[in-house]
Amino acid sequence: MADVTAPAPFVATRRQRRMLDLTHQPGFRGVAYFCLFMLYAPIVVLVIYSFNANRSVTIWTGFSIDWFLKVAANEQIRRAAITSIQIAVVATIGATIAATAAALATTRTSPYRGMGAAYVIINLPLMVPEIVTAVATLSFFAMGRTLLGIDLGLANLMLAHMVFCIPFAFLPIRARLEDMDKTLEQAAADLYASPWHSFRRVTLPLLTPGIIAGAMLAFITSIDDVTITTLVAGPGQTTLPIYIFGQIRRGITPETNAASTIMLAVSVLLVSLFFFLAQRRKK
Amino acid sequence: MTSIDATAAPTTSETLARTREQVRRRDALKRTGLLTPALLIIIVFGIFPLFIVLFYSFLEAGAYGGVEWKFSTEAYVTFLFNRDLFDPSILNFNPSYLQIFARSFIVAGVATFVCLLVGFPAAYFMATRPPKTRNLWLFLVTLPFWTNLLVRSFAMMLIIRDQGLINGFLMWTGIIQQPIVMLYTPFAVALGLLYAFLPFMVLPLYASLEKIDFRLVEAGFDLYATRSQVLRRIIIPLSKPGIIAGCILVFIPGLGAYITPALLGGGRDLMIGNLIAQQFGGSRNWPFGSAMALILMAVVLVFLMIYASVTGRQKVGHG
Repeated sequence: MADVTAPAPFVATRRQRRMLDLTHQPGFRGVAYFCLFMLYAPIVVLVIYSFNANRSVTIWTGFSIDWFLKVAANEQIRRAAITSIQIAVVATIGATIAATAAALATTRTSPYRGMGAAYVIINLPLMVPEIVTAVATLSFFAMGRTLLGIDLGLANLMLAHMVFCIPFAFLPIRARLEDMDKTLEQAAADLYASPWHSFRRVTLPLLTPGIIAGAMLAFITSIDDVTITTLVAGPGQTTLPIYIFGQIRRGITPETNAASTIMLAVSVLLVSLFFFLAQRRKK
Repeated sequence: MTSIDATAAPTTSETLARTREQVRRRDALKRTGLLTPALLIIIVFGIFPLFIVLFYSFLEAGAYGGVEWKFSTEAYVTFLFNRDLFDPSILNFNPSYLQIFARSFIVAGVATFVCLLVGFPAAYFMATRPPKTRNLWLFLVTLPFWTNLLVRSFAMMLIIRDQGLINGFLMWTGIIQQPIVMLYTPFAVALGLLYAFLPFMVLPLYASLEKIDFRLVEAGFDLYATRSQVLRRIIIPLSKPGIIAGCILVFIPGLGAYITPALLGGGRDLMIGNLIAQQFGGSRNWPFGSAMALILMAVVLVFLMIYASVTGRQKVGHG
């Protein structure tokens, strides 16, 4: 027992380390990697085949960016992309402003009755199944058209998108407001700043990363939406996902892959930016 | 902001009370103004349309889509019965729509169950990583959640098609001569849902596993528990709120899914979502579609109430 002259320091083998690790569960590591594989393999395959020279979607013959050039030259796709961006930009701006105001109202005023109800209403679009929202919005605009003769055109889609973009924009903005140091705003008030002035000079600059994050989530949600847009869209109101949806159902070509890859790239870029902002915020 | 009453110190209690009242009123005005835009948009364009659906479900179907302005419960009758061809007052039980609901429940249920089987070990593994690696894992799991569902379903099509990657590989190795038909089957829909909603399962599981006090696990080992006993008796019971939340978050969107079954499912294997969409498109029976949307909504509400009671008890907030 009394080892006075200790030999070389004990180095645990991988097996021994695992036995000492309280949290280890056999096989869980493998399943975790399998999950990642499952999540990414189909997407990677889709992207790879969008660079395929062959017309076939599944036989690889060589690298080419022809399909991307075809997508860029396709007038219908270009028009669909513009429609998508128009809707997403308007919906994002509207949703972000409304969500910022609502987040201020739920964090920067004294507690009041009805706050819980407001919170439920703001999050409601996340809870109603998309297909139900879709047919409800369709019925709503159809009713407006037949009873009142109102047809807002593309604004129909913009308003429909705004509804489900608000909760997505609301979450990060509210989280940011809750994390923020309230003493700074109180200090501004102590220094005779008017409420508007302290909001403009203290709260708003500190809140900006949250607003950007919220706007990004709203934009992604809007630009990716298919279910609600398919049902609500009138003739000629084709967004990029709707165009791809139609293409897939007619028969797949590598052009579909290329258009899908572009959509993927936009989402990945925005989400990565969002994470980057969130990480920096923590430091 | 209301707590700073330094200027109020020398005033009498009456003026103090008046100032307080003023501040309170200004606060109320401010938050009403701030909440109005968001609530107005959601109530007018999100909640009011749900009441229109409720209203439509009690009207008669128009001949070319839309509705006739006559009260009728026909939509709900259609859900369960066929009217006799010769005597419309005779109702024959027709299980075909119930079958579609049952199929949706089974497909969404299977997807949820497999999601849990795969997602739990993954979430546990993530939660036991050091903080830095943990963030990377979180990022990797969240990323697909934000990519287009349509694109992901399409990607799944490419994998399981007859000429797809799996069949191509199996035929190349000579294991099979004929492609295994996977696309356009309920199996494909379940697989697509599993693939689409796996992050919904992993994230809440992760959130509740991360909070586990691992001294309890240590105590378990001290009392001679094996690893599987620790898992069954300590870790799984402690992560129960996460398990329930994850299951509901996968099951609800799975039940009402539209895009995934539309792309991966066959024409004969409709799910609720597609059936509802059809009523507003090709076959045009708006009241019937409205009635089914409401039935789906009711089912979802029940599950949401379970979810709220579970998370409410655990005092776990959103976001």
